[in-house]
Amino acid sequence: MNWLILNCAQILHYALQHMLLSVFPILLGTLVAVPLARLANGFRLTRSSIYVASSVLYAIPSLPLLIFLPALLRTKILNPVNIEVALTIYAIAIMLTSASHAFLSIDPSVIHAADAMGFGAWKKFFQVELPLAGSQLLAGIRVVSVSTISLVTVGSLIGVNSLGFFFLEGYQRDFPLEIWVGIAATALIALLFDQILAICGRVLMPWNHRRVTRERSAA
Amino acid sequence: MNVFSQTLLWLGDASNWEGTGGISVRLVQHMQYSLATLAITCVIAIPLACYIGHFGRALFVIPVINALRALPTLGMLSALALIFGLGISAPMIVMVMFAIPPVLAATYSGIANVSQTTTHAMRAIGFSEWQILWNVELPTAFPAILGGIRSAFTQIIATWTVAAFLPVGGLGRFLIDGLAIRDYSQMLGASFLVIGLSIAVDVLMLIVQNTIERHSRYSQLTTQS
Repeated sequence: MNWLILNCAQILHYALQHMLLSVFPILLGTLVAVPLARLANGFRLTRSSIYVASSVLYAIPSLPLLIFLPALLRTKILNPVNIEVALTIYAIAIMLTSASHAFLSIDPSVIHAADAMGFGAWKKFFQVELPLAGSQLLAGIRVVSVSTISLVTVGSLIGVNSLGFFFLEGYQRDFPLEIWVGIAATALIALLFDQILAICGRVLMPWNHRRVTRERSAA
Repeated sequence: MNVFSQTLLWLGDASNWEGTGGISVRLVQHMQYSLATLAITCVIAIPLACYIGHFGRALFVIPVINALRALPTLGMLSALALIFGLGISAPMIVMVMFAIPPVLAATYSGIANVSQTTTHAMRAIGFSEWQILWNVELPTAFPAILGGIRSAFTQIIATWTVAAFLPVGGLGRFLIDGLAIRDYSQMLGASFLVIGLSIAVDVLMLIVQNTIERHSRYSQLTTQS
């Protein structure tokens, strides 16, 4: 317990670092994957190839990627850019498949109706498809968020510190409390991000709220 | 000299492949660890998913196990290493824990997708529960199960490299030891190898899965088609 009080500042510092490292890949991954998935859905060949692409991207092991990227990007190994790029790749991998499914789940008759009413491609995307795919897209982003927050810690192995620092230091010092504090703090951040995303979903898509609560109470 | 030619030099040097700490030994070790982990995962996850999917009981297990995925793998590795001591048991337990959710979810949804009409009809003409599971539900779920095993397997291969910060073998040794002595060509060479291995396994299993899915005679039994 003493350790916890004495190292309060350090825990907060690494927690903040952890959140900063997580935010960017979640946002960028979503921004890249959602339009890409929508475009790829247009053709059969591109649609099936994004499933293969996301499977292959997700199969890349994280630690080797973190070592490989500096050589590819000509950055220093301690540069946080490497981990941001790596995590963005994983975010895209997860989001591509789930965004593709989200857009496919829209009732085609609604799309036909929008076409018949003369909606242009952009207007249709923003006013019809995006709102209808919204709740499934949000579910995908929540998966990305949890996975990113957990993966950030791997960066500690090569010296890009986050709460993962406590895992390695706790192991080296044979001090379990430090590790469990790190795990709990990571889980708390995951929970916090998940709640923020859920609230964003409720604010942006108020029409889904009623249905979601009913499904939850039924489950 | 640029890093990539250094990498090729490391991979091409026959002396790096030989001996007890050589690439060949580490590669075989890595596959042994990974296959053993996968086998344990399947032995636990598939029967459990069959039970949940067939009887529709204990459904709460799935969200609980999925929630465990939110825990950071690296943290669980070091925490359990302190509890279970050095050796491969601690990382093995952690990896089984993280590999169960994809296999469990895939098997469960594969089985739950078999339409009720089919299972009711089978029951009516006198099939036992075991026969329904074995003759219809499992073959129908098979492509889905393979998909779950595929994502679990690539995840296991990746995690065994991360686990090398503990005293275990496998290809991760080159990464962690290379980092300690700043031997960047060794790290790059081994990274190249692990990434190649993982992608090869993934693509191979994806092809097998798609082939089986296309030739499956059971797909018309699911509720989705």
